[in-house]
Amino acid sequence: MSQVPASPAPADDDMHDEPVPMMQQLIDNPFLLLFLGVAMPTVLYIVWGVMEIVGIPIAK
Amino acid sequence: MSAIQPPAERLWWKQPLDRVEGTWIVIAFVWCMVMFFMMPYWHVYGKQNLSNEAYRTTPEAYLAKAQAMVDKHTVRTVTEQNIPVVHPVPGSDVYLVARLWQFWPVLELEEGQTYRLHIMSTDWLHGFSLQPENINIQIHPGYEHVVTLTPTKEGTYSIICNEYCGINHHTMASKLYVVKPKKG
Amino acid sequence: MAVNRNFRTCPSSGLVFHEPAEKLIRWNAVAGVVSLLVGGVLALLVTLTRWPAVKLLPPDWFYLALTAHGLDMLVFWIIFFEIAVLYFAASTLLKCRLATPKVAWVAFWLMIVGALTNNFAVFKGDSSVMFTSYVPMGAHPLFYLGLILFAVGALVACFVFFGTLVVGKAEKTYNGSIPLVTFGAVTAAIIAVFTIAAGAIILIPTFLWSVGLVSHIDSLMYRTVWWAFGHSSQQINVAAHVSVWYAIAAIVFGAKPMSEKVSRTAFVLYILFLQLASAHHLLADPGLTSNWKIFNTSYAMYLAVLASMVHGLTVPGAIEVAQREKGFNKGFFEWLRKAPWGNPSFSGMFISLVGFGFLGGISGVMMGTEQLNLIIHNTIYVPGHFHATVVVGTTLAFMALTYFLIPTLFRREVMFPGMAKWQPYVYGLGMCSFSVFMMGAGTLGVPRRHWDMAFSGAILPHEFPGTAYLMMGIMAVSGIAAVIGGGMYLAITVGSVFFGKKIQTPDFKHVPVRQGMAPAPVPVAAAPSGHGSIGIGGFVAPGTFVLAMIFLTSFILYYFVNWKYLSTVWPLK
Repeated sequence: MSQVPASPAPADDDMHDEPVPMMQQLIDNPFLLLFLGVAMPTVLYIVWGVMEIVGIPIAK
Repeated sequence: MSAIQPPAERLWWKQPLDRVEGTWIVIAFVWCMVMFFMMPYWHVYGKQNLSNEAYRTTPEAYLAKAQAMVDKHTVRTVTEQNIPVVHPVPGSDVYLVARLWQFWPVLELEEGQTYRLHIMSTDWLHGFSLQPENINIQIHPGYEHVVTLTPTKEGTYSIICNEYCGINHHTMASKLYVVKPKKG
Repeated sequence: MAVNRNFRTCPSSGLVFHEPAEKLIRWNAVAGVVSLLVGGVLALLVTLTRWPAVKLLPPDWFYLALTAHGLDMLVFWIIFFEIAVLYFAASTLLKCRLATPKVAWVAFWLMIVGALTNNFAVFKGDSSVMFTSYVPMGAHPLFYLGLILFAVGALVACFVFFGTLVVGKAEKTYNGSIPLVTFGAVTAAIIAVFTIAAGAIILIPTFLWSVGLVSHIDSLMYRTVWWAFGHSSQQINVAAHVSVWYAIAAIVFGAKPMSEKVSRTAFVLYILFLQLASAHHLLADPGLTSNWKIFNTSYAMYLAVLASMVHGLTVPGAIEVAQREKGFNKGFFEWLRKAPWGNPSFSGMFISLVGFGFLGGISGVMMGTEQLNLIIHNTIYVPGHFHATVVVGTTLAFMALTYFLIPTLFRREVMFPGMAKWQPYVYGLGMCSFSVFMMGAGTLGVPRRHWDMAFSGAILPHEFPGTAYLMMGIMAVSGIAAVIGGGMYLAITVGSVFFGKKIQTPDFKHVPVRQGMAPAPVPVAAAPSGHGSIGIGGFVAPGTFVLAMIFLTSFILYYFVNWKYLSTVWPLK
């Protein structure tokens, strides 16, 4: 990894000092999205569904 | 800058919405909400809703209940196999057993009457497909599903299995007779 | 220098390929196409058996062929090709070296071994349990083991993809955000991670059950968790083929997304909600409450459907804007009339888009409506729907992309260009017709996965109306047309890749990572909504909007026709 460039030129951020909007930061973060994309269906579909199946009463 | 290159603008989030897109998003969103609320609406005002009533049970316990009904309400038998035809009391609990590769017993119901139809498999997964009405319900082993249904028209209907259940899946079919209620 | 940093700039497309990534993309694509070949032969056998007048195979062979067809097509063909797309979207589009090529090869070989093991179990004859392998019907342990190995390999490949994103960011091979197509690939990879995790949760215990270490697997629990794997795996396809649509629009037309914000937000809606639709398969099952069913089947209030409707507008919209800027600005549809209909990359992509939307999308929402599912569940309407989504949508989009990849990635000229021109039409339209007649037969109650709709040998057989037989016949003929289209694709790709004229790369060069950087961002003033004076009445893409309204009208009409039909069947509670 010796060739990793040490921030090329004066970093771009100097030219645009306007901060990146929150939503854009969120969408630009694949690992945050990965977490959400796994957590949502796990809770809403699998966990909720399994709880309902476990809760089915026993026949008289 | 196209879709295979990074966005041209650093702060693309702040780019204004195009009119075509904005209009379409609003229209599509309204339509999505209509479709969503159709389902609860039908639960309140519609007549065709699949029941959520189900119980966990064993094949033995379920077969015993079905046998009791058959013993009490059999009116005749059909085919060389002498499959019993059961004419249960309107409003009562009716048991249908799905197993490799038959439905048992054959049911005879009265037009316009309501029944609590219990469906369960005693071995593998099967499908309850009522033809030509085209009502389709999944049948599980171990889960007794109670569906309240009302036949609306007399005639001979078929129940076919529409969940693949092995080599003789295509022979798993039965009848359901709907007759006019007996007067008096 | 331990890291291999060999890059090749493609002279025709200007794309920068990292050599180890390039090799992986090729091999994964080739493995996919081989699976497609096997699956295609099986498709022909299945179709000819379901043609009532032909009924080619005996039942045991039919169920075996159907099981193998489902697995080779839905799992092996599509996922191999998707891994190729992921590597392309990360390494090539970010001009970045692929993270850990060695691990990526391990993933590839795991997937190969898994696919072979699973196919071996099926062709051995004791694992004709269908793609879904519902318990308590059991398959040979190798069946599950093969799937597990394949899934682990695919999971590893997904993490190589995520690793490549990290490398690209750390080494600053691009500026700002990742390209939209790469973002679509991120969406696909995220859904894939959930899919594979769900697959592991259910397939590992099932494998243990098949070797006798676990005594019982609950059938309802199996179906619930299995569909988190089985349905979500098809949602990977949706995200992947939507990315491919954007990519082809960019490649063929230089089209730029109408708005990055809208398209990316739509992908985020996929990430959050698309997988919930696994509940589509459980609407006719006992025990799950209507709350769970309604919430999940509607992707949390149809937010993922909204996303698909947005993509369905923005992809052709972007093409329309690009075309209008090129001067095809007359009337509503000049841009579409003057589109390159003879270019299989475009025609394939466009048929994929329209077929997916009109046939696959609308029918999917019908089946996924809690009550409407009652009149559709497990009829042949269901495969009708998913042949419109997975075959017309995904497979055709991937085929369209192949016509671009042959010259750029494999450096070969496309063989039989005349045949290539027609291939998307034969395949796409054959498949559309196939799907439509399947759905038609399904509304008449014909079951799916069924050897004989005449119930030969049954004691109390059902008699389907003549129309149902007619529809199954037309379905089979359309299916044969599609198989011919698939054969054309295989002849073209295999021919080109192995025997096509080599395209020489005279200026082959090794480019260090830093020189492969994307140009600096353009100042804000240059690009924003610079559509100039194109379009009609303030709409830059009026033609697309008209198409979208036609789509919506058909959607609404068909939706309420189904409710009307439902209201006539026996009351249930």
